[in-house]
Amino acid sequence: MFFAQQKSMMAFLQQFALLALLIVFITSCKAETLEGDSVEVGHNYSSKSSATEHTSTSINDSTDGHAPSEISTLPIVTWKWHHIETPYLVALWILTCWLCKLVCELNHNVTSVFPESGLLIILGFILGGIVWGADKAQTFKLIPTNFFYYLLPQIILDASYCMPNKLFFSNLGAILIHAIIGTCWNAATVGISLWACYEGGAMGTLNIGFLQFMLFGALISAVDPVAVIAVFEEVHVNEVLYILVFGESLLNDGVTVVLYNVFDAFVSLGGPKINAAEIIKGIVSFFVVAFGGSFLGVVFAILISMLTRITKNVQVIEAGFIIVLGYLSYLTAEMLSLSAILSITFCGVCCQKYINANMDEKSVTTLRYTLKVMANGSETMIFVFLGVSAIDKNIWVWNTGFILLTILFVVVFRFIGVFFLNWVLNQSRLIPIDITDQFVMAYGGLRGAVAYGLAALLDEKKIPEKNLMLGTTLIVVYFTVILQGITMKPLVQWLKVKKATNSDLTLNGKMNNRAFEHILTAMEDICGRMGDNWWTRHWKYFEDRHVCWLLMKSDAKKHRDPIFGAFHKLNLEDATKYVTEGECKGSLSFIRNYESTSVDFKKKLALQYADIDNVPVTSVMKNSIPSVSLDIHEQDRKSTPDDLSAHHLLDQHLYKSRRNNCPTYSRNHYNTSENPDEMQEIFQRTMRSRTESFNSPKMGFNPVKKLSKHPNKDSTHKLNGKPADPHRTHPYGDGDFEISAASASSGEIAGHFHRRSTNTHGAGVDNPAFIPEIDTSPPMRNPPWQTETGNNAAVAPSQRAQGRMPWTPTNLRHLAPQRMRTRSTDSIVTADASLDEKAPEEKPGKHHTRL
Amino acid sequence: MGSTNSTLLKIPNVEVLMQETGFSPAHIIRLHDRFKALDKEGRGHLCPQDFGAIKELAMNPIGDRIIGAFFSPGKETVDFDTFVKILAHFRPVDKDRPKELNSPEPINSRSNKLRFAFQLYDQDKDGKISRDELLQVLRAMLGMQVTEEQLESVADRTIQEADLDRDDAISFEEFRKSLEKINIDNLMSIRFLR
Repeated sequence: MFFAQQKSMMAFLQQFALLALLIVFITSCKAETLEGDSVEVGHNYSSKSSATEHTSTSINDSTDGHAPSEISTLPIVTWKWHHIETPYLVALWILTCWLCKLVCELNHNVTSVFPESGLLIILGFILGGIVWGADKAQTFKLIPTNFFYYLLPQIILDASYCMPNKLFFSNLGAILIHAIIGTCWNAATVGISLWACYEGGAMGTLNIGFLQFMLFGALISAVDPVAVIAVFEEVHVNEVLYILVFGESLLNDGVTVVLYNVFDAFVSLGGPKINAAEIIKGIVSFFVVAFGGSFLGVVFAILISMLTRITKNVQVIEAGFIIVLGYLSYLTAEMLSLSAILSITFCGVCCQKYINANMDEKSVTTLRYTLKVMANGSETMIFVFLGVSAIDKNIWVWNTGFILLTILFVVVFRFIGVFFLNWVLNQSRLIPIDITDQFVMAYGGLRGAVAYGLAALLDEKKIPEKNLMLGTTLIVVYFTVILQGITMKPLVQWLKVKKATNSDLTLNGKMNNRAFEHILTAMEDICGRMGDNWWTRHWKYFEDRHVCWLLMKSDAKKHRDPIFGAFHKLNLEDATKYVTEGECKGSLSFIRNYESTSVDFKKKLALQYADIDNVPVTSVMKNSIPSVSLDIHEQDRKSTPDDLSAHHLLDQHLYKSRRNNCPTYSRNHYNTSENPDEMQEIFQRTMRSRTESFNSPKMGFNPVKKLSKHPNKDSTHKLNGKPADPHRTHPYGDGDFEISAASASSGEIAGHFHRRSTNTHGAGVDNPAFIPEIDTSPPMRNPPWQTETGNNAAVAPSQRAQGRMPWTPTNLRHLAPQRMRTRSTDSIVTADASLDEKAPEEKPGKHHTRL
Repeated sequence: MGSTNSTLLKIPNVEVLMQETGFSPAHIIRLHDRFKALDKEGRGHLCPQDFGAIKELAMNPIGDRIIGAFFSPGKETVDFDTFVKILAHFRPVDKDRPKELNSPEPINSRSNKLRFAFQLYDQDKDGKISRDELLQVLRAMLGMQVTEEQLESVADRTIQEADLDRDDAISFEEFRKSLEKINIDNLMSIRFLR
């Protein structure tokens, strides 16, 4: 134990030494620059703005310094630091910050106690100290421009794009009340009480007037989404609490910025000029800025959604469009002096469902990951730089009274505000927010980089005590992020706050959820009262009629066939797990032994319907050439990002009741295509075989000798019993797929596959599947398709099923029939041994039957 | 207040009803008004046709079943008492109300809410949701979007998920277990009945 700790300590130290070296390198590079030509370099790692300023100077530099007009000889290499200086520093700093995160995550014992954001800030202190030591001045700090234009937008875009829409909109009222009224309350009370204390003489003499105090109150009341996400992601509180805190912090930023601008204007106007008219203008501008920004965001969301309808041919950069347009919505709002944060928030929230439907699945994944990388990256940088910026002698003006009182008021008024607003909200909420949740909500009011950015934006000419405010803001940020961040987890545990429940919803849950919604709607109708959801009902109607038509590809529906979507995702998960499990136990290379038919099958199906086939067997079989592992990983990759959405699909696809106030678009109103396309066809087939696999263990163990009985009869029977439907076979209709030529019935094809799979297990891997399944349960009712194919078919399913699960992976919750799951694994192991001998014997026979 | 009392007095057994359902007088009156409005012919009871006249209900995919739930087997009518008691299932659970120790389980308890949902599936009242019964509900809720085969595979999988005793049907106990993680109190409560 001790040794392990020591080891991780060593790793930590090593990493840290590396970091320190990097910083020293950066500063020495910097120092050289300063000595060299005393050009004021960009203050910031990502100072793209200063990068542009700097280009002109560096071009000059290069002409005088590095490329002298007269050269005596041709230089082979030259030292061109000035060419790349700014981007180089930016890149180095990004690297450094990310390495910091790496260092933080090295030791999980630490991160479980200490929130990562706090750790990053502390590492920032150390880095800042090194820079200070080398430069004797803080040459790097977080510049508001960089923060607001290059770091913040992607964080907000990511947060809003990944926002759980349903939760967000169903709690929108509460969120808005907290974000608008709560923020105004905080700003006003903190400002006024600080001013009152100042007048009362608690802070000595300061050159701050009432309006400046109000301005300070406004900027300090910004609950920071970055800090909140960082802390709350580690404590898994229940989703309502999470969305309240998170949604509030997101919208509240916008509100704060607006308030800040209004008060900033007031400060510039100066006290005497402010009359009633100006105040009314201020209030009007507050609403115009906030709602205008939100409206602009919605406009951009519409643009993005419409654009994604036609980007099919440039799929590679599809995801980029969203990022760029989202960023533009931010900048446009900024240009029009509307609330940029609100703009990008609403842009992300509103467009998500349409673009997810319009874009290719891969692009959605790309977008999701890209945003995550960008957001996480800049979040890391923000925290590190919050630390680095602190190591600066110039900004520290100490005033004990001011600082302590600020912290006190910020916390106290946050609590009062949250409790009061929640009390009001609880009067009409169906599920009241309970007291512990309220407490956590209030405690989760972390201040962060937005407050710091706003403080750094203050104009020293107008506010002489800017540095005091900046310093105080930093202290409030440290106080909330580090202290409250650390105590949040124990507090949540101590208060026994309801944690997030495992969202592992089952088909059962989905179906019943929808049933409950219908029941409630019906009851509301019977009571004759308008339910809660008048607005959402009408919005849904409107959306179905007009919005979807405009914003969504008409064939978006086709690609996401209703209930199959859910089924498909669940099955895909199963398939992935299945294959992964299988791989642990042995190679899948035995599949190679099989002949060209399967290759063709793979080619045709894998290419065209790659996203359809999902039944474990089929996927194993599909990978019938040496590229097995590649395909598996392909599947892996595909399925993982959708794990989350898988469970929501049923929600979206069952008939909506009005109760369901999720304003996601409804796909119900599209008609399924009249002639089911191939995808659906294959899907049905795989579904059916799955169902057989569920049912078959109930049938008891069938003697092995029956396995290969009358194969031809079986197939012909099927052929006769089920007239070949030319339409159905169309996916296989081409000559290059041999089986299809022989037996047109789709059921027959499925049968072949099953048998082949049985076969493969015999050939390759240990086969624990041939377990005597002793089951005393009453004989099951055969599903229609089984009975329709006659007696032979009644035998077949069980062997198929047994064949289908060669390894019986233990964690295949969905895949494995109930009976299999509940069996002890011991029996599988023992059965394995005895059955292995049987397997090879039957192999030739089966070969025969199949081919 | 006078009119409130006079309305209340017209309802027989109103005290007992309020006790059992936990509704306030205001709720009872509102429901009573609604009851009278539905009872167009003034017979003092409702028939299935009266429910059928509610336009929105006709659009509810499982509306018929819900109407059916109001009528106990064999009966063609529902009186006000039963009407209120059934609606009482959807009253939000109130935590503040003091619990009397030996009082019977309130109508709006979790398991009663679940039982109400369960009996919508279990049309033959044998205490189990059979595959056929599940299929019918699924068909109603999914409609024409899916083929019969798809429906069946979904139904099979659903049963298989919940079925613990391997009898190919979902008993109430299994039904409850399968919904253990779902917050029924929230999903099966109507705000204005609080």
